[in-house]
Parts: sequence; C-alpha cells; structure tokens
Amino acid sequence: MFTDFNLKVIEPTELVDTARTLKAEGYRMVQICATRIPDAYELTYSFDKDLELHHYRVILPEGKEIQSITDSYFAAFVYENEIKDLFGINITHIALDFQGGFFVTNEPTPWKDSK
Amino acid sequence: MAKQTIIPFGPQHPVLPEPIHLDLVLEDEKVVQAIPSIGFIHRGLEKLVEKKEYTELMYVTERICGICAFGHNWGYCHAIEILLNVEVPERAEYLRVMWHEMSRVHSHLLWLGLLADAFGFESLFMHCWRLREGILDLFEKTTGGRVIFSVNKIGGVHRDVSPEMLLEISTVIAGMKKEYDELAKVFIEDVSVKNRTVGVGKVSKEDAAALCAVGPTARGSGVPFDIRSTGHSIYGKLGFEPIVEEGGDCYARALVRVKEVYQSMEMIQKIIAEMPEGEISVNVKGKPEGEFMARVEQPRGESCYYVKGNGTKNLERMRVRTPTNINVPFLVSALAGCELADVPVIVLSIDPCISCTER
Amino acid sequence: MASFKMGKMVMRSLFGKPATLMYPVKPAKITEATRGHITINVDTCIFCGICQKKCPTNAITVDRKGRVWSIERMKCIQCNCCAVNCPKDSLLMETTYTAPSAVKITDTFQGPPKEEKAPAAAAAEA
Repeated sequence: MFTDFNLKVIEPTELVDTARTLKAEGYRMVQICATRIPDAYELTYSFDKDLELHHYRVILPEGKEIQSITDSYFAAFVYENEIKDLFGINITHIALDFQGGFFVTNEPTPWKDSK
Repeated sequence: MAKQTIIPFGPQHPVLPEPIHLDLVLEDEKVVQAIPSIGFIHRGLEKLVEKKEYTELMYVTERICGICAFGHNWGYCHAIEILLNVEVPERAEYLRVMWHEMSRVHSHLLWLGLLADAFGFESLFMHCWRLREGILDLFEKTTGGRVIFSVNKIGGVHRDVSPEMLLEISTVIAGMKKEYDELAKVFIEDVSVKNRTVGVGKVSKEDAAALCAVGPTARGSGVPFDIRSTGHSIYGKLGFEPIVEEGGDCYARALVRVKEVYQSMEMIQKIIAEMPEGEISVNVKGKPEGEFMARVEQPRGESCYYVKGNGTKNLERMRVRTPTNINVPFLVSALAGCELADVPVIVLSIDPCISCTER
Repeated sequence: MASFKMGKMVMRSLFGKPATLMYPVKPAKITEATRGHITINVDTCIFCGICQKKCPTNAITVDRKGRVWSIERMKCIQCNCCAVNCPKDSLLMETTYTAPSAVKITDTFQGPPKEEKAPAAAAAEA
C-alpha cells in the first residue's frame, strides 16, 4: 500500500465531474501538483479515502485553460492560485481568485520557461 | 445591516511569528469574512531541484521548516528510498521515529507556549519553552544539532545512539513528564485559559472534513485523520491510536496537542525499550526513476512529498505540501463569525507555519 | 483557585537557579556531538575537490593546482556533508562554534607542496 502510486490519466474536460463524483464518495483532497513537461503541463490531483491515495492526472497543452474544482473542494483555491502564479496556467472560476497576486515573486510565473 | 469595516491583520503582528495577511471584514466587533493572502516569503525551494542533486536536496528539505525539520527530511528520504527500492534497516526506522516523536513533543510544547502568549499568560509561555529546552538538549546530544539535525540519509541515518544515551533520553523524558503534568493541568483546567479558548473559532466535524483539514486542527473537530494510524514505518508495532476531541473550538485543538505530548512521550519510552540491534544504514546506488508521493504526520498534520525522477542525478520535480497549506481554508472558516479580539487566538490555533506553506 | 494551578512551578523558579545562561559571559552549552565548525587536516588532504562538489551551499573552494582549501564560514551550514564524503577523512567537525563577526570570514588553508608528497608516495610504492 505504501509503495504504490495509483495514477489515472483523465481528460481536462472530465476533471470537474471527476472531482464532483469523488467529493460525493467522501474523498478528501490532498494536493494539486503542477509539473512542466515539454509543450504542456502535468496537473496531478491527489485524493485520499481511508488513508489511501489516488492520483488523477490531467495533461494540459500549452496555452489551454482549465476549470477550477473549488465548487466541490473549496480548499483547492490555495493550490490553484499557487499554480496560476508560478506556472502561468489559466485556471478559471476559482472561488477565491487572487488574480495572480497570491505569491509575490521577482519575475512573473518562474516555472513557465523552465523547460 | 451594520456598516462594514475592513481591518488589515498582519503580515506584521505581535502574535504572528511569520507573515500572513488577513483582510478582516467586520460588522461592529464581529468578523463576517476573512480573506487570507500569503506569499510574502516565497523562497522557491522546489525550483532548486533543477540545480541540486537529489542527495543535496536532503539539506534543502530539512530547511523548509525550523520546527518540524526532521519530518520534512524523513518524508523526502522515504520517497527517494521507495524510488530506489531501498529497504531501511529496522534500527534506523526506530531511531527515525524516536526523533520524529521527540520533534512532536518539542513542537507541541512550543505551540502551547505560543498559545499562552497569545492570550497574555506570560509565565505559562516561559515555562512551556523552558521545558522544551530539555528536548532540544537531547537532540544536540544525539544528533549534533538543536533544530536542524542533518542526521538522516537516503538508506538510513548517519548517527547511532548508544545504549547509555537511550537510557538518558528515557530518564529525561520521564522527569519531563512529571513537570509537564503541572503544565497540562493549567491548560486543561485553568479558568483564564478556558475563558479565552472554549467556544472560540468553532468548526463542525462536517466542515472540517469538507475543508480537507489535517493534523490536530482536524482532530480537534472530531475528524480521526492521522497518517500514523496507517501503521507505516514502525507505528503499526507501537499500537498507535489517534487522539480525537469533539469540541471543534480552540480549547479542543489545544487539548488534542496536550494529550499528544503524553502520547508521544509514551511512544518514545516504548521505542527505547524495544530498540532492536543492528545496522543503521545501507548503501544506496543508482539514480531515482519514476514517481511517488510519501506522507508523514508532522506535528502540524499530514504533509506530502512528491518526487519525480528521470534517471539522472537531478530530479524532475519535487513538491512538498505542508500541513498549514491545507489548513488555511479551515482558518478562513473558523474566523467567520468570531469576535475581533479572538482573531489572534484562532489564527494561532491552527499552528500556522507560513514559511512551510510557501517553501 | 485558578491562579494556584501552577503555584508549585512558579515557586520553584522563584527560588531556583535561572533557566537561561548569560551567554557571552558564560560559554554556551556544548556536547560531544555538537556540530560547531569544520576543520581540515591539510597534511592528509589530497585536494580532490569532492567536498567542494558535495557542499550544498558552495561554501568550500578547493584550488587543486595551488593546493589551497578555503571555506566561507558564514556560508557553511554545519551539515557535516563534506566530512562524511571526504575520502581521506581529513575533514573534521569540531564542537566549538565560529565566533560571531560583522564581516564575512573566509578561512584559507595552504597544503604542503606536491613535490614533497610525490617522492614520499613513490617511496611507499617501491
């Protein structure tokens, strides 16, 4: 159990529905992690139920936007604002949107050009 | 409807050791909404993976937080060990859990002191911190550092603890427990403590679960969530049961921590009694490849370490999700509807560690 | 009475010794394991540069040609990483702290010249 990485790749359009279903099934959101990969971003959403982790991955092509999951998990606003500030991914409909003013960095979106 | 006023709280405030800013929307003396903003001390530690080798990152992860340094290091090591398929010797696991539980005792004592300070009980604050000093001295004697230990390595630990030293730890902890009895009584029974904490910043069990809260913050609201109850490392052998309080207010959150100090002290005694003989580290070869997320129960709650390796000495991505990070939404919910004068106590009750949060 | 919950403890600290130390006047507590500062035994050092490579803060500079080993004291974080990785065990963690200073200190150690060492090594081989 502690050596597995349960990963499921989903389409960007499925994300909001997946989050809603998971919320209804009693999953807890653990984290959202963005990774820069060539010409795209990898967004890993982790959920937890009965102390077991389940990861859902969205591959988001450069320049595309994605909808926020804050309507199911309000706590996601922390990560989504962070990703918006550091990676420059446009996440729409965040419940508490800081408009890119969440993290103060010397240069805007430092992770965007890292690859 | 009363007229609304917005009062800025922080980033510089006597009760805050670290900068978090809250815009408090007030109606008379009541807070109707709190809007948090962080990001004053973003250090970009995660971006260092591009420059540092995975072995050097050990020292970076340790410096994420100045209080739960050991846990951060342990979580990172654990993630890398899984990627490299390393089996850590049993004695190393025992030593790691011992240091981790000692960290919990000192972190909770620090927090209890800060709570006392937040409502102006200065002498209680000083006694908590005096007691904490004993643990820090033990750290220095066993690892060489008081706060940052640099004792972990991938595949085990650097330093062994001699049987005489283990005996000394056991005696010091037993002596400390007696003194702590007196302090705990103050937190549990004292009227001035109760006046400032009972019924303040109440969050129901459902809300705490919906806001994904972790650690003593969640357990104070009756959510029995604790990574240690999976029995990872040696917690299964220690027979761990999470401590849960139903109150959901600042008092319940304090009570969880008061009791967890006792629990950790008992666990340390058990670890010392059962400490197996053997090697403390194994040699590690290879470069990490693949991805994994390790979780460790820090004094403040669950924290996650995501690593993604690509077979080179530099990792592709390392992400740390610290407990305060996910407790910020909980804080926002706890603040809604409280009195302005209670804001410092509520902010403190989630044990905020902003430097952790922003990494 | 609520205020007497910690009466015993308060009394003990009222009549006991202070829990704090007058630091600059009295020396700080030091244990056998304390990581204070790094010292080098330049005579056994082979100037391989591993410590420079491994140092997480780039505090160490090794000049292989000039046989000079130097450390920026204010950059060093006392992690013991260089001492662990040293192939000749020339680096040692001492228990005393570096003295506080208003300027950044760099300690430089000049190793013995290589000519001296080469015949000795050749003699050992022969």
